[in-house]
Amino acid sequence: MVRVGSFIFSLFFLFQVASAQTFDQGQALADASLKEKAVWMEKLASDDSEEATRILQYWLDGILVYWPQENRLVRGIKEGRRYQLQDLMTEEALGAVSSREIDRVKTNNSLRSALKQVLGSRQLGSSDRNVRLSAIAELKRRPDYKVLPLLKKREASEQDDQVARQLSELIGLVLLESAEANDQMEGLRRISGGLSPEVKDSLSRFLLNPNLDPGVVEVAQRELDAITRSLMYWGIGQDLFFGLSLGSVLLLAAIGLAITFGVMGVINMAHGEFIMLGAYTTFVIQQWIPATSMWSLLISIPTAFVVSGTAGIILERLVIRHLYGRPLETLLATFGVSLILQQLVRTVFGPLNQSVVTPDLLSGALDINAAFSVTYNRLFVIAFALCVLVTLWGVMQRTPFGVRVRAVTMNRGMASSMGVQTQRVDALAFGLGSGIAGMGGVALSQLTNVGPNLGQSYIVDSFMVVVFGGVGNLFGTVFAALSLGMANKMLEPLSGAVLAKILILVFIILFIQKRPRGLFALKGRAAED
Amino acid sequence: MQTRSWKRTLQSTIFASAVGLSISLAHAADTIKVGVLHSLSGTMAISETTLKDTVLMMVEQQNKKGGLLGKKLEAVVVDPASNWPLFAEKTRELLEKEKVDVIFGCWTSVSRKSVLPVIEELNGLMFYPVQYEGEESSKNVFYTGAAPNQQAIPAVNYLIDELGVERFVLAGTDYVYPRTTNKILENYLKNLGIGASDIMINYTPFGHSDWQTIVSDIKAFGSAGKKTAVVSTINGDANVPFYKELGNQGMSAEDIPVIAFSVGEEELSGFDTGPLVGHLAAWNYFMSAEAEVNDKFIEAWHSFTGDTARVTNDPMEATYIGFEMWAKAVEKAGTTEVDKVRPALYGTAVPNLTGGTAVMHTNHHLQKPVLIGEILEDGQFEIVSATPGEVIGDAWTDYLPDSAKIIADWTAPVNCGNYNIETQQCSGQNF
Repeated sequence: MVRVGSFIFSLFFLFQVASAQTFDQGQALADASLKEKAVWMEKLASDDSEEATRILQYWLDGILVYWPQENRLVRGIKEGRRYQLQDLMTEEALGAVSSREIDRVKTNNSLRSALKQVLGSRQLGSSDRNVRLSAIAELKRRPDYKVLPLLKKREASEQDDQVARQLSELIGLVLLESAEANDQMEGLRRISGGLSPEVKDSLSRFLLNPNLDPGVVEVAQRELDAITRSLMYWGIGQDLFFGLSLGSVLLLAAIGLAITFGVMGVINMAHGEFIMLGAYTTFVIQQWIPATSMWSLLISIPTAFVVSGTAGIILERLVIRHLYGRPLETLLATFGVSLILQQLVRTVFGPLNQSVVTPDLLSGALDINAAFSVTYNRLFVIAFALCVLVTLWGVMQRTPFGVRVRAVTMNRGMASSMGVQTQRVDALAFGLGSGIAGMGGVALSQLTNVGPNLGQSYIVDSFMVVVFGGVGNLFGTVFAALSLGMANKMLEPLSGAVLAKILILVFIILFIQKRPRGLFALKGRAAED
Repeated sequence: MQTRSWKRTLQSTIFASAVGLSISLAHAADTIKVGVLHSLSGTMAISETTLKDTVLMMVEQQNKKGGLLGKKLEAVVVDPASNWPLFAEKTRELLEKEKVDVIFGCWTSVSRKSVLPVIEELNGLMFYPVQYEGEESSKNVFYTGAAPNQQAIPAVNYLIDELGVERFVLAGTDYVYPRTTNKILENYLKNLGIGASDIMINYTPFGHSDWQTIVSDIKAFGSAGKKTAVVSTINGDANVPFYKELGNQGMSAEDIPVIAFSVGEEELSGFDTGPLVGHLAAWNYFMSAEAEVNDKFIEAWHSFTGDTARVTNDPMEATYIGFEMWAKAVEKAGTTEVDKVRPALYGTAVPNLTGGTAVMHTNHHLQKPVLIGEILEDGQFEIVSATPGEVIGDAWTDYLPDSAKIIADWTAPVNCGNYNIETQQCSGQNF
């Protein structure tokens, strides 16, 4: 009896020991100052056990919590004002407590980056290549010579090409930290041509070292110069991409205006508000279809076209038609309409900005190489602008409607004599231009704040593009939008955003003095009126 | 017959409305009017709308306590719509037409500068709750927000001492506050030995949304071998695309931390703060500050707004302090007359929401603790550094050679907001 009892007792005791954590200084860790926490982290870093890894990982994730009642560290997931606690090792649920009953183990930037380093070196051997890549990227931030043996061991068994290349560059960065000239030379060889900021950063710091071998300095300087030159070229490419993306935004905003201005000579000050309506349409659609899927964006595009197009046709029928031939009155009237539309939106949706979410597919960036990356949302806007352009060209050149629009643009009187119903063409062309502005708004909602004042930010730019490019053909608008976008983006790093805009405006003012009709104006007697 | 009965109806209507109007006017004389001058639309609405709600809450709370001097408080809210000249017009409307006894308002320094001539001409009283660039001390304005020595300088010290930063990007919106603050910081950094090539300064217009080149330039600037940080004085909704672009281009807080002076819990609410974890802000109050008085304030705020998702932030705390001080001073002075309330304000002490005390000094500034916070996943801030005591606001910074000689003191014998101690002269206006 006693034997069985003691056997059961010892089993029970074993059980307790097995489930108890060996790390029992949770309170000290939670109470430690940020500097003391760094010391704790070092201690845990030298401990290879699974428990230490988990503690470090949860600490980095911000879910490491000290539970005074049980005097142990646990996982704590925050839910409102309460924390759901889970066992560190088994993740078994331990119940929910209020935030007052636990002590979260805090962290800050320096601790976080040190934690990432430590965990990075532990994740080098992970079976998931993405985890290995991110571990290597993390370790590149602060190359540590002590990790070299671990890295070399990993290199020997790395199968994946891309990971191996990254690993080689990391080893190169680490070797630069060595005091031996041979190691440094090998390091320089390995990082040669690497364009990531960490490489340039490390090389620059390396060259500040006064105790270097002259031969090493020469090679290092050569590498740095090559990298700097390379980065400069890629930088120009990056700026071109930014210019292209700004140009595509301007294109979408301005092309509708070019059509309405071209067909009817009407200055539509409410054009910016049609863009804004398109952006709000995207927001409304996102309330019904979850924003994370691409579908909400794809459905918003035709919807915005219809919404803004209809608004445009209504505006034309009710207001502009009656003011035909009186450009100043049209300008004033449309200005009034723009104020009405802004206030309408303010009343319906509120004056604050609405958040339009970028779908998952469009978040993040494509890294062509370490120096050149294109963000997906801007790539989408460029592609979208291209599609709109091609479709519009098709409509203008190949459909009967397009022929009629072009005829009315060139010579209204003659077109009317040929049997074209100019009034109907006016209304439909206005609708088309406004509809395209609406689609532009959908694109803009991905890039900027959606608020009642969205239109005001783009109306001036739209007019600049139309005035510069000339009215009458699409090509003028495209050329003007792209060149203004590129010019703006090229000037920005040199003169700052504010001055760049001012210079562009001054340039356009001077340009109009020379060529009042813009770059690609319609030629011919009829076009002169 | 018809005409006469029409005339009769008209006469009686006019009479009735006159009676009604005079009753309401008489009634109006029984309330103390509190003006609220914050942008409720436009680029600054994202920051200022919540301050209007804070004043409304304070007015309601005070009325529950019985009002002031036996009268109820009435809030008069106007919307200057982020339009700076409109701020001046609305101030005139509040003071001349509505006859308010105090104004709680303004955020951007340009709006405050627009208001100054009007408020000094009409001898109004304004409490300004936002951090600003200093270089000003008006007789009619009490500054409950931070001066540069209570925010900008300690923030830069944190970057240098705790994070080892050696290269700085000073990025701001193009108006007086960032321009002046950056001038002060540039001087301060140069005095510490940071070279001019290690400082990059950059300005953007209000509402700027295309941050691609600027963020890419910051990344390039930050890869020169020295630890780099961005000091951001970007205001309003331009912050939203700025932080989005930081996330898109993968600029994390461990590489190049961004410390902001005008971004708090309110600007981050409704934002996906996942990619922003670790970026910083410097304020004198955070919603996560652990103090019982803070918990009570947050509870009252949630029950007033009926929304437990609403956050509190530093300008709200400054509004709260300003309101409490004004109420105390009015009770001490026994009247709402500006010339009597002003002297009653000096030395008024009110508990702040981080467990300390705020006292109004004769330069129209408070003493405040300086807190540095890191953004967390849920949009709250983790306080990573705090000054041991409170720092008294210095209206005229010691780090610009011209301002170092100037002090502000609105009591005798100096009685001046910009008194030059070398020439012993008062230079007068601030605008």
